[in-house]
Amino acid sequence: MSRRSEVLLWGAQRISAMLLAVCVIVHLVTMIYAVRSGLSGAEILGRTQGNVGWLMFYAVFVAAVSIHAPIGLRTILAETLNWRGQSANVFSAVVGLSLAMWGLRAVMAVFGGGQV
Amino acid sequence: MENLQVRIWRGKENGDFQEFEVPRQESQTVLDVVTYVQRKCDPTLSYRFACRVGVCGSCAMTVNGVSRWTCRTHVDKVAEDNKVEIAPLRNLPVIKDLVTDMSEFFDKWAKARGRFAGSTTRKAEFAQVSPESKERKRVDAGIECIGCGVCYSACDVVTWNKDYLGPAALNRAWTLINDVRDTERAERLAAVAGDAGCHACHTHLNCTERCPKGLSPTAGIAGLKRAVLAATLSGEI
Repeated sequence: MSRRSEVLLWGAQRISAMLLAVCVIVHLVTMIYAVRSGLSGAEILGRTQGNVGWLMFYAVFVAAVSIHAPIGLRTILAETLNWRGQSANVFSAVVGLSLAMWGLRAVMAVFGGGQV
Repeated sequence: MENLQVRIWRGKENGDFQEFEVPRQESQTVLDVVTYVQRKCDPTLSYRFACRVGVCGSCAMTVNGVSRWTCRTHVDKVAEDNKVEIAPLRNLPVIKDLVTDMSEFFDKWAKARGRFAGSTTRKAEFAQVSPESKERKRVDAGIECIGCGVCYSACDVVTWNKDYLGPAALNRAWTLINDVRDTERAERLAAVAGDAGCHACHTHLNCTERCPKGLSPTAGIAGLKRAVLAATLSGEI
């Protein structure tokens, strides 16, 4: 991978980490708040479905995870298993795309209903 | 005082620890212990030292698992149950006993373009650099490195990634990036970018924790990361 790509990946991981810091806090606080008064899963979904704000929030959350995790995974593979090069890049990209696919599927369920 | 039980690494990479008994003395340093062993117990023990007073940095070793200057480490402060284990620096090939081959450590300074490149001759006037300027303050924060290799030995990233330039070389590059007289900024930023450069640092702060000079290579590396990203985005490199 070129030097420029490496640097841009580092930048992407930093920015996605900043987004994740906010998203995780909002997500946890909301979850704790929601279950404190005994809301059921169905009642929570009733409040999120059709809410564009939550759709946008969780879409950003999933995007940040899908960018952050594979870049970190690629480094972990290199440093702990000494797995580097094209195959490790492809594997990490597949993990990232999988996270994006499953994550967005969950977001659509939270927004639009249906089976998660 | 009871004799000190000392375990000292002998041989090369595949050597083993050898045990010695050394009489305790007041204000005894770990370097004193190694010197006693070499002079009184086994003259074939190899180790490096020069100044004995924390100026040259050549006596760095691993004492009870921690990279240190042995001349500035008192036995009182590191002995556990009256025992001390002394090994060569980590992350460097062992030549013999406590002596490491520091070639790759210094080669990486060269790879990080650790040499000043100016544009003037010796006939030119002295450059005027305000000690209050932002750049000069950054240089001051890192310039006292004497290349002892303690940070390189303490760094986990060097262990995991053999190409990683290491804290000392990157710290040197950072001081030159902030040297307003230097003319190779772009080349230097390019040299320290990427997987083997500043972006491999995980900010564990081992180098900062262990630096005997109290420097923070981590802070310099963080500055390099930002400078390289900015230079990449602007097309400078």
